[in-house]
Amino acid sequence: MSDKTSLRQREGLIFERSSPGRVGYQLPPLEVPPVDPAKTIPAELLRGEIQELPEVSEVDVVRHFTRLSKWNYSVDEGLYPLGSCTMKYNPRINEEVVRLAGLAQLHPLQPEDQVQGALALMWELEQALIAITGMARVTLQPAAGAHGELAGMLMIRKSLADRGEHRRVVLIPDSAHGTNPASAVFAGFDVVEVASTPEGTLDLAAIARRLEGGDVAALMVTVPNTLGVFEPEIVKAAKMLHERGAFLYMDGANLNAFVGIALPGKMGADALHINLHKTFSTPHGGGGPGAGPVAVSEALVPYLPVPMVEKTGNLFTLSSDRPKSIGKVRGFYGNFGMLARALAYIRSLGRDGLRLMAEGAVLNANYIRKGLEGEYHLQYTGPSLHEVVFDDSLQAAAGVKNVDIAKRLLDYGFHPPTMSFPLIVHGALMIEPTESDGIDELDAFIAAMKAIAREARENPDLVKGAPYGTPVRRLDEVRAARQPVLRWQARKA
Amino acid sequence: MHRYLAGEDDRRRMLAAVGCSSVEELFKSVPAEVRCGELALPPARSEEEVRREFWALAGRNIAPECTASFLGAGVYRHVTPAVADALLQRGEFFTAYTPYQPEVSQGTLQAIFEFQTFICQLTGMEVANASLYDGATAVVEAVLMAHRLVPNRPKVVVAGSLHPDYRAVLDTYCAPQSLTIITVPADPMGRVDAATFAKAVGNDVCAAVVQSPNFFGVVEDLPALAAVAKSAGALAIHAVAEATSLGILAPGGVFGYDVVCGEAQAFGIPAAFGGPHLGFFATRQAHMRQLPGRLVGETVDSEGKRGYVLTLSTREQHIRRAKATSNICTNHGLMALAATIVLSLLGKKGVRDVALASHATAEYLKSGVGGLGPGVRLAFPGGPTYNEFLVLHDDPDGLLARMKEELILGGVSTTRFGAGLTRGFLVAATEHNTRQDCDRLLDALRRLA
Repeated sequence: MSDKTSLRQREGLIFERSSPGRVGYQLPPLEVPPVDPAKTIPAELLRGEIQELPEVSEVDVVRHFTRLSKWNYSVDEGLYPLGSCTMKYNPRINEEVVRLAGLAQLHPLQPEDQVQGALALMWELEQALIAITGMARVTLQPAAGAHGELAGMLMIRKSLADRGEHRRVVLIPDSAHGTNPASAVFAGFDVVEVASTPEGTLDLAAIARRLEGGDVAALMVTVPNTLGVFEPEIVKAAKMLHERGAFLYMDGANLNAFVGIALPGKMGADALHINLHKTFSTPHGGGGPGAGPVAVSEALVPYLPVPMVEKTGNLFTLSSDRPKSIGKVRGFYGNFGMLARALAYIRSLGRDGLRLMAEGAVLNANYIRKGLEGEYHLQYTGPSLHEVVFDDSLQAAAGVKNVDIAKRLLDYGFHPPTMSFPLIVHGALMIEPTESDGIDELDAFIAAMKAIAREARENPDLVKGAPYGTPVRRLDEVRAARQPVLRWQARKA
Repeated sequence: MHRYLAGEDDRRRMLAAVGCSSVEELFKSVPAEVRCGELALPPARSEEEVRREFWALAGRNIAPECTASFLGAGVYRHVTPAVADALLQRGEFFTAYTPYQPEVSQGTLQAIFEFQTFICQLTGMEVANASLYDGATAVVEAVLMAHRLVPNRPKVVVAGSLHPDYRAVLDTYCAPQSLTIITVPADPMGRVDAATFAKAVGNDVCAAVVQSPNFFGVVEDLPALAAVAKSAGALAIHAVAEATSLGILAPGGVFGYDVVCGEAQAFGIPAAFGGPHLGFFATRQAHMRQLPGRLVGETVDSEGKRGYVLTLSTREQHIRRAKATSNICTNHGLMALAATIVLSLLGKKGVRDVALASHATAEYLKSGVGGLGPGVRLAFPGGPTYNEFLVLHDDPDGLLARMKEELILGGVSTTRFGAGLTRGFLVAATEHNTRQDCDRLLDALRRLA
């Protein structure tokens, strides 16, 4: 390693910082008599000190993780236009209120009279999500979007079983998120993929044909779809499904496009998961935690997971008295901390702010679309809502692929768009700016994308070699997969 | 306009650029029949008003800090270093996405790699993933992995001493997979008897699940139960609901378990009324390609410098879709970071000290309860325990309610988990409980039981 690299650049693993005798935390003195575990537990079930654990000071730990943090790009630093991920600003007030001792320290098994505020919070969030979706009720239990999909599909399965029907097939458009087919399979269904129309939308004729078999349980569809285009015939699709006794599962990953504009309940959705970590600003945390509440139509209410928060007068209770429930999909009641943040966000924006939020997200996406049209190819030209999907076909002639464009964007200080998704667009660059940024930040992004388009024409190798200014250069992902090193190990002496 | 959004002028200039006279024109593709009027929600609130509303909500709760609390049953209050939350609140960590662009995500990736290493060290296993939702879903993923690895075996054997929530979630997930779950009840010592276990684990069983310390706090005979599973060709799964126990108890990895998984909330993650917590999952190198969820691996960049990437992604839903090893996408990465920071701070000495202190505090309480007489007594006086134990009482809810009036949260009543369990309550102790708290509990039990 070069001597010129800074301290920050050279930070190793926490285990490599270990130095015998350092400690990072002091426990209070033990006031009860010490007990040798060997006196109470059979010796063969015990272990000694774990030798590989590090010995570092509190200062070491602060320095280590602060240096690591500086290698990350984040929403706090700038535009994060990852399509389908809705990387919006995460307000600090949400972080403050969720850390109030009366919320953060609550044990889930405290007596109900000690947690009335927590139950009220969950009730209020459910009411807000009912207003936003136009659905009958909402379970707050699922931990993430995919978890919500599974819960929704299990409810559909149970409802069909109650009717004595064993429909096996779930229809999913080829533009769907990968979690949709995976969740359907884990709910016990077979997935049949449906090709999109040349416009990238639902092919109603194909769906109608498939429904004739009588074995279709549900259609899973994202609205607006993963191209950022509103499904023009969603109401008709819902009617077709319902007439045939099938359900409409709606993936709410793109709800940010129409909060306060339209209601999934009016579209005919039977179940819809809501990614609170997208539309309602709970932080993504480098991969989670999220929260994936599921809103359902009246038909599926009996099947909601237990427990649900119920209100009688001013008293809130956790009720498990739901004989047709699918049961529990996780421990306790949901990612309560994320539920609290989402409610704080909904309160901050209010009814008008939420609509302005959706409008801003759609306007920003259209502004970027306008700014980059001609520079990047647009395969599907239907009207964009909150995101726009370009591709790399104009750059491909010079051998520049979407991944090269993405890496070069890093040098310009932006996080790249989502790459190579949806699968129906070859070399996709899926851009979702969200409502958080103003025109200046969007202009800077457009200028960077245009500069890269120019570089791809004039100096393609420059783009193909990117990034140059990041903490590490392009990483060898093939090597990582072929020779997996998935943990640190002490060097053998 | 709103403080989280751009201004009127931004909007005017952008509308002009896209050639629209109003924002409404951008929504022309959304048909009238699905449109809504004004949402039935309050108007926008200032930060100060939001703060007031949440102060009021929090004020209607009683934080366990204001009581002597001995609640556990899967969620434990251990010491929480100030450093952990301070680092967690760095926007570079909590406002970043999943590290799909490794060149600008090395902080998250390296921290996850360190987390995977810590979990391997604690569990004695070879490979750990980047986290799951919680302990319950971690056990589910282990069983589903066994179902893939040992196909054509339609049964799962589960110790009756598994956390009832874990069991409930397992029931939910197994229903559509045509997996039958067989329960082996605990013996009079509060643990699963190996001979009884062996009768249940036949050659039609793909997974044998045992939690240790179990729901009643008792440490199971892990080596004997692993031997049973192995001889039947089933995957042996060790579930852990109290991860600090691994500071003194030998983990499943030592005894040949195929999976050690569960809940790591105990390492500094707030109880937060049940979540977000931290599911972990560790297994053998041989099962690496059947692992659920994200994995971080080491590699080098184009200049030979060490770096980290998400790897073996062909297992995952965004590549494999309907054939993925799990449907999980978003996991509990920030909670994994929290645990990584806490484990770094505790280190070699602290991980053991926390466990020793928790165990000693529980033993102090156990000997106190042991002298109270027949009305309130230890359920399993001969069963070895770590930091939690079951106390028998005819009316646990009434007794706990009387103690609550004195601001003592004396334990978790088994009646909260349905009718199947012995009447009593679970008492959990950690290094967070002072001797004064313990004496208050014992005194209250003496007077009120």
